[in-house]
Amino acid sequence: MEIQDLKIKAAQIRQDLLTIIHRAKTGHTGGSLSNTDILTALYYEIMNIDVANPKWEERDRFVASKGHSVESLWCILADRGFFPKEELKTYSQFGTRLIGHPNNKVPGIEMNTGALGHGLPISVGMALAAKRDGRSYRVFCLMGDGEQAEGSNWEAAMAGAHYKLDNLVGIIDRNGLQISGTTEEVMGLEPLEEKWAAFGWNVISIDGNSMEELVQTFRNVPEIEGKPTLVLANTIKGKGVSFAEGVPGWHHHVPNDEELERGLTELQQKIDELSGEGQVK
Amino acid sequence: MNKIPNRQVICETLLSLAKEDRDIMVLASDSRGSAAMAPFAAAYPEQFVEVGIAEQNIVGISAGLAHSGKKPFVTSPACFLSMRSIEQIKVDVAYSGTNVKLIGISGGVSYGALGMSHHSVQDIAVARAIPGLMVLLPADRHETKKMTEALVQHNGGAYVRIGRTAVEDVYSSDDYPFEIGKAVTLREGSDITLIGAGETVRIILDAAELLQQAGVKARVLNMHTIKPLDEEAIIAAARETGGIITVEEHSVFGGLGAAVAEVVVQNQPVPMKVLGIPDEPAIAGKTAEVFEHYGLTPGNINKIALELINK
Ligand SMILES: Cc1ncc(C[n+]2csc(CCOP(=O)(O)OP(=O)(O)O)c2C)c(N)n1
Repeated sequence: MEIQDLKIKAAQIRQDLLTIIHRAKTGHTGGSLSNTDILTALYYEIMNIDVANPKWEERDRFVASKGHSVESLWCILADRGFFPKEELKTYSQFGTRLIGHPNNKVPGIEMNTGALGHGLPISVGMALAAKRDGRSYRVFCLMGDGEQAEGSNWEAAMAGAHYKLDNLVGIIDRNGLQISGTTEEVMGLEPLEEKWAAFGWNVISIDGNSMEELVQTFRNVPEIEGKPTLVLANTIKGKGVSFAEGVPGWHHHVPNDEELERGLTELQQKIDELSGEGQVK
Repeated sequence: MNKIPNRQVICETLLSLAKEDRDIMVLASDSRGSAAMAPFAAAYPEQFVEVGIAEQNIVGISAGLAHSGKKPFVTSPACFLSMRSIEQIKVDVAYSGTNVKLIGISGGVSYGALGMSHHSVQDIAVARAIPGLMVLLPADRHETKKMTEALVQHNGGAYVRIGRTAVEDVYSSDDYPFEIGKAVTLREGSDITLIGAGETVRIILDAAELLQQAGVKARVLNMHTIKPLDEEAIIAAARETGGIITVEEHSVFGGLGAAVAEVVVQNQPVPMKVLGIPDEPAIAGKTAEVFEHYGLTPGNINKIALELINK
């Protein structure tokens, strides 16, 4: 897809995720909004997947280690046609398969996540299997920055470098916030780039809400043979909804009627703007 | 209707005790909000430790603090604290005999719609299997206060499980004798015994009321301490009422029901029914919906009690 269309798509996904969270009265709004651009780039442009055959052996794998931000993922999987869009209405309702975390009963989801610090070890296993089987798929693993405090990530980081998994792409949604405040107040991470580099990873730091940078970066991975890649995606938590941006409380704040209205309007303006620009060109 | 959740009561109780006892410490893993411990963190920053999202680390650090004379209270979601950190709990707390209180918040199916990763319905089974670790579930806010005070006094490891939202009162005040390891008889009865722990106590009390209307006198035991278990109260209940129903917000494997059954079959065999979460894939939904789905309701308990009595 054209960059312009990807940006429009991301805004639409943001509208959808606000809508399902508002309807269900539960959800992780901030982290879902911050990673929407990353997921849009992956699911509409970068990853080699087949919606008609979700278990296709050569498919690229995506693991949502920050499983709480599942709403953007549900909306994207529905939009891509992994399941009917209508089903989004069941999000978080009794007995649904669209629960508050990734659930592999749903086509398009590889693994169940939700407890933080599980995604990267799983992804190392998937990437290692590709190497052993001589397959060419890549594995993308999206982590939170607060999530970096779990030691399991660093155990996996070691293993990823040890096994020279250049088919493995770790992505950190570096929005600087977790639940109790900023990451640097809660459990300081800096210098994060240097830490990953010291663990043997090729680190690329980008604006994680820039569709251009995301697409460009993911296209070029692996940059270095024999090295796993860590994309440090600097994002804004709550991105795209002005009053949620950078506000810790929006981690699991649910938009009320008025906030939903305002959010949807802001995103619609963005879409109109982008569509207008598209026509000029 | 009570609006104060048990986690808030723990915070308030520790806040009032920490003034006198500077060794009391609270630890959180990006969980001070969900544990309602933000007021403690603000009032006693020197007695508060934030470890970030790191449940293994929080238990290890607490064991080290306890080793140096501190009285750490670890407050973290029950699902992660009881499973992610279980080896630290076994070795650093129980085996080494450190004075660490583990407060599992939002236990059971409090996080109903978040799925199996967030349901904590194996914690009692796991904690119970660790030698020397006490396992406690307070039934309401009054009991939570008394239990917290007792835990500050007690030197040793304990796992406490509480839920997320405010529960209806079981007691009218905190003016009653509370002793770790001693069940509380909330209703006398000779026809059958209902045993609950934590937030199911209110449910069995309501079930006993229904049974009363049907002319059945049910004894109601609040088994707030699952370990050490009040075997005497269980044996007496079996002998005097002839049948036992346990109700728990936990897997039917290894929890309250299993603990009671172990005592019953070895001492005073009587018919029993163990009500809890069956061994099947977790169902998502609000706590009340999940309870309803599994029949953890006064109506269903009443029905099962009548069946058991008429056998
Ligand atoms: C093992 C584990 N501990 C705690 C939690 C509870 N939890 C869910 S989201 C979250 C904060 C995540 O922060 P971050 O990784 O920065 O994600 P983001 O800000 O992108 O939402 C926490 C503590 C969890 N899901 N898993």
